[in-house]
Amino acid sequence: MARKAKPAPKSAARKSTTRKSRAPNGHDTLREVEQLLYRQAECLDGKRWQDFIELFTEDGTYWMPAEPKQTTGDGVPSIFWEDRNLMTVRLKRLTHPRAWSQKTAWGTNHVVGNVTIEQEDARTGDLIVRSRFHMMEFRNDTTRHFAGSYIHHLKKTKSGHRIKLQRVDMVNAEGPYEYVLQAWV
Amino acid sequence: MGADIGLDVAKAVEPDRVHRSVYSEPAIFELEMERIFNKVWTYVGHESQVPTVGDYWTVQIGRQPMIMVRHSDRSVRVLYNRCPHRGAMLYGDRSGNVGKGIICSYHSWQFDTDGSCKAIPLDKGYQGTRLTPGDGNCNIKTAARVESYRGFVFASLAADGPSLSEWLGPAKIAFDDMCDRAPEGEVEVVPTCFRVIQQSNWKIFLENQLDALHPAVTHESTGRAAGEVEEAIHKKGGSAPLSYHFLSAFATPISKWDAFQTIGYRHGHCILTGYMGLRPRDPDTLAYEKVMEKAYGKKRMEEILGVNIHHVLLYPGLSVQSPLQQLRAVRPLGVDKTLTEIWHFRLKGAPEAIYRRALGYYNLVNSPSTMVNADDLWNFWKIHKGLESQGGDWVSFHRNAGQDLETNDVTTSVIGTSEQPMRNQFKAWTQYINGAN
Repeated sequence: MARKAKPAPKSAARKSTTRKSRAPNGHDTLREVEQLLYRQAECLDGKRWQDFIELFTEDGTYWMPAEPKQTTGDGVPSIFWEDRNLMTVRLKRLTHPRAWSQKTAWGTNHVVGNVTIEQEDARTGDLIVRSRFHMMEFRNDTTRHFAGSYIHHLKKTKSGHRIKLQRVDMVNAEGPYEYVLQAWV
Repeated sequence: MGADIGLDVAKAVEPDRVHRSVYSEPAIFELEMERIFNKVWTYVGHESQVPTVGDYWTVQIGRQPMIMVRHSDRSVRVLYNRCPHRGAMLYGDRSGNVGKGIICSYHSWQFDTDGSCKAIPLDKGYQGTRLTPGDGNCNIKTAARVESYRGFVFASLAADGPSLSEWLGPAKIAFDDMCDRAPEGEVEVVPTCFRVIQQSNWKIFLENQLDALHPAVTHESTGRAAGEVEEAIHKKGGSAPLSYHFLSAFATPISKWDAFQTIGYRHGHCILTGYMGLRPRDPDTLAYEKVMEKAYGKKRMEEILGVNIHHVLLYPGLSVQSPLQQLRAVRPLGVDKTLTEIWHFRLKGAPEAIYRRALGYYNLVNSPSTMVNADDLWNFWKIHKGLESQGGDWVSFHRNAGQDLETNDVTTSVIGTSEQPMRNQFKAWTQYINGAN
């Protein structure tokens, strides 16, 4: 999808972008990755939870550390440490007709920027991408503001990059939470 | 205001109902600070939070900012977080080590970790005044009493009152059950504290902890969601971690909760007997039981693992989930605002898998992304709003009222969903408000 967005001569667009020799290519890859991050933010803000989950590989993990010094979520407290099964529990809860705290109107707005490719595996096409986000939530007549960094470990697949691991470090991770987080950030 | 009781707290609590002002009236909250929180034993932390001499954690008792610190004689001291000179708070961060001593950032007064003043810069200036170096007024004030039970440190700001052991009474099973489950008989803290603020009066949280009537209603969505995914995993031939069961158990139909029981003790403490099914026959549990049997012998191991508790409530400030080694400390911030500090502990000598099993519960139920408390907190806010309303004056605790079985200060509910725990809490509340220690 990202490749479609790349300006290219109309007639040869499709053919030329599928040429193996074009990848890895810094600009194409960065553009593709940015589009993936923006799509993910749109899934969250649009409450398209299933689409959000499908951005992950089958063995993908969404992780929000409890503390910035943590290097893995395995075996330590985390705010989120969810594989696709647990993500599906969260989805089913959010969409259940008697998820009471979902009864009040709420919405979020994510902005993702400062996208940097930190590592690129020339052989597999796998990437490690760092970015920063701001998210404002309006819920129950109250606004909350969250910000922090994302690190996406992306796996190259036939259908583009998918998320093997997303690490979300919120600057306010260790602060007291006024209410809680019902959905991913 | 209908039944206008003004601030007459004697009229606010009846055996089967409580006036809404007890939850919503700021003046009554002030009274609670003075007569309850400034007197009772408050949980300040676990000894393993301050392993090294000089380690400290800041903590609040009632309205008072305090410091829990490891002194050079290895005892744990609890000091007011306030410099005796001009009153500045000594530590503004959550934890650390005092280094060479406690030093005030305002005028560099220096103190030992027992609160005694060690040095005052340019101390001649104070000679002959009412704050003369060497007199007791130059020391940091200490909590009136500090005691610990199996590593859990409590402090009281009142000089008089029951000892910690007397005050805990049979509810000390909260810590016995937790520590006995460790092959070494001790737990150590997992040094992460989740903090969640509730927009409601502190008592609403405590009442909910032992309310067996609400899970099937409030947590149905999460229970069912987890149950569906758990089943899908099993259908694929996989095995779902016990965390799924922790969540799906919340969808246990409302009719089944009567099979459980609540037991009330003196001072408002209370127990809800358990339902989590923590003794499955999986390899992890069997390996753990082997280690336990080696440590305690078969008979004692069976006794320990046979303890059937879900929550122990130590009124008014602590909810302990002993079989999962977790606790929530309640810190009232205002009449309509309450902080909970949530901690997890590791069973010393137990296999890693047992820690990880409980960690699943800590992450899913007790972290800020909780799929369970999300709906509780929403209820708490709505309850508080409802109790600010003039749509009615009384909060009902009528369920099975008059049927509680009482012998030797122990009150047992006739069924699990009885409102006995709330009645028991208000019995203690009334005694404290009337001046008891």
